[in-house]
Amino acid sequence: MLEQTVQYILSGLTIGSIYAIAAIGYNIIYNATGIINFAQGEFIMVGAMTAITLSAFLPLPLAILFAVIITALLGALIEICCIRWLDRPSVLRMIIITIGLSILIREAALHIWDEKVRSLRFFTGNEVSSVSVFGAHISPQVLWVLGICALIVVLLNVFFKYTLTGRSIRACSSDKMAASLCGINTRNMVTLSFMLSGAIGALAGCVISPITQTQYDCGTHLAIKGFAVAVFGGLGNSMAAVAAGLIVGLLETFSITVMPLAYTDAISIAILLLVLFFRPSGLFGNREAGRLKEF
Amino acid sequence: MIRVRNLESGYGALRVLKGVSLHVDKGEIVTIIGANGAGKSTLLKTLASIVRPRSGTILLNRAPVVRSSAETIVAMGCSLVPEGRHVFGAMTVVENLALGAYIQYKRGKKYEIEEDLPYVFSIFPTLLARKTQLAGTLSGGEQQMLAMARALMARPGLLMLDEPSMGLAPLMVKELFSVVRRLRDEGKTILLVEQNAKAALGVADRGYVLETGRIVLEGASRELLDNKDVQRAYLGKEYRKINE
Repeated sequence: MLEQTVQYILSGLTIGSIYAIAAIGYNIIYNATGIINFAQGEFIMVGAMTAITLSAFLPLPLAILFAVIITALLGALIEICCIRWLDRPSVLRMIIITIGLSILIREAALHIWDEKVRSLRFFTGNEVSSVSVFGAHISPQVLWVLGICALIVVLLNVFFKYTLTGRSIRACSSDKMAASLCGINTRNMVTLSFMLSGAIGALAGCVISPITQTQYDCGTHLAIKGFAVAVFGGLGNSMAAVAAGLIVGLLETFSITVMPLAYTDAISIAILLLVLFFRPSGLFGNREAGRLKEF
Repeated sequence: MIRVRNLESGYGALRVLKGVSLHVDKGEIVTIIGANGAGKSTLLKTLASIVRPRSGTILLNRAPVVRSSAETIVAMGCSLVPEGRHVFGAMTVVENLALGAYIQYKRGKKYEIEEDLPYVFSIFPTLLARKTQLAGTLSGGEQQMLAMARALMARPGLLMLDEPSMGLAPLMVKELFSVVRRLRDEGKTILLVEQNAKAALGVADRGYVLETGRIVLEGASRELLDNKDVQRAYLGKEYRKINE
């Protein structure tokens, strides 16, 4: 019984942390621009697919590194081509643009990689190797996922709190005019946040690929879950997204014990709807902070 | 320091500035006074390139800057403290100041930044006590101080202040003007926009009177204070009193 519970918890935390990373990707761009970037899921897919292709002729760490860089460049390209030149776009226009981009990237991926399901090599061991944690047997890849997601969160925090560039991005999200009066090039900061968002999406895609596998359209699924988690935690609040992601992951996994497997996806959508009905500011969306951040 | 000739500016179809010319020399404090809607804030925003001018020339240290971006203007040594403070509310006082020094970091002047931080704290001791507090939780006057301190961190050659006294208690206004006076004594160049004409003319060397987008009067502060039209329109004195 205990082993089974540990098993569920670990697998819940694993998918939860991927949702959290997807949600943080949303939040970074949302904070910098006020845009929900619906192409966020595609960053995850492109990152994983690129790494899979590159891993055929490069060692795994290098393949992942290049995949992250390429996806970050894709993020920059999207911003420079489709977002930068818009002068105060309406929210609806931005939503349509990013949804359009997500379809475009997905179809392009279909042409580049076809519709086969692929996966990246396991980082250590293979499909059958396992480590035992409190009696539960899990793939070492689960530890990789948890470790890398935790690392991403810590590094992002340090970046936003203590580096000048990170602070500048926060300044742009807090007050664009004041930021440019400090001499900050706000447009470049927006490009940078798209790159950052692309990079962490790609890294999440790579680390999850051995477990969940990757297909040209797997981004949509993660995008919806990530979006639900971002809203659940409170849009723009990355730390809340981590907590919300883990909660959603655990709820999904434990729902299997009481409901048929097919209903797991309904859980996060149900949460999204409930939050939007009853607490649109999100679980941890604090009114005080909301006022300070000028959402 | 800055020379403006025939500047026209506005928002959309609205023409706010209709050919404004003025200049500020190094070490001077110049004030622009005028009623609500005269175009004072638009003038400063245009000088800071937040609003793009329609026509006219702006020379900053003899270099034309009409097509420059706002951040280039800051890099050229002209900082604006905008109306309504615009501090970064969700960040601490120290973080706000660090961002004010952004351009100094870019110039690679780490050493100067370390000097400037105690310097601005010496001007605004209240900020030192509130160092780690979130800027959004400060009082209006403290936020105004923070906004000025943040601009000073860039070591601007020209500091432009837009209505620093707006919405503040009289005691706080007094304190802010004593800071302006201190900055003047240190030889800073300041362009001050104010509705509080009396206080502004009290610290400034020269002044311009802006009315519906045009400069209608200019001169030394003393002359403007003695000018009958200025007294009636901006200093709240009656004809009768003037004639007495």
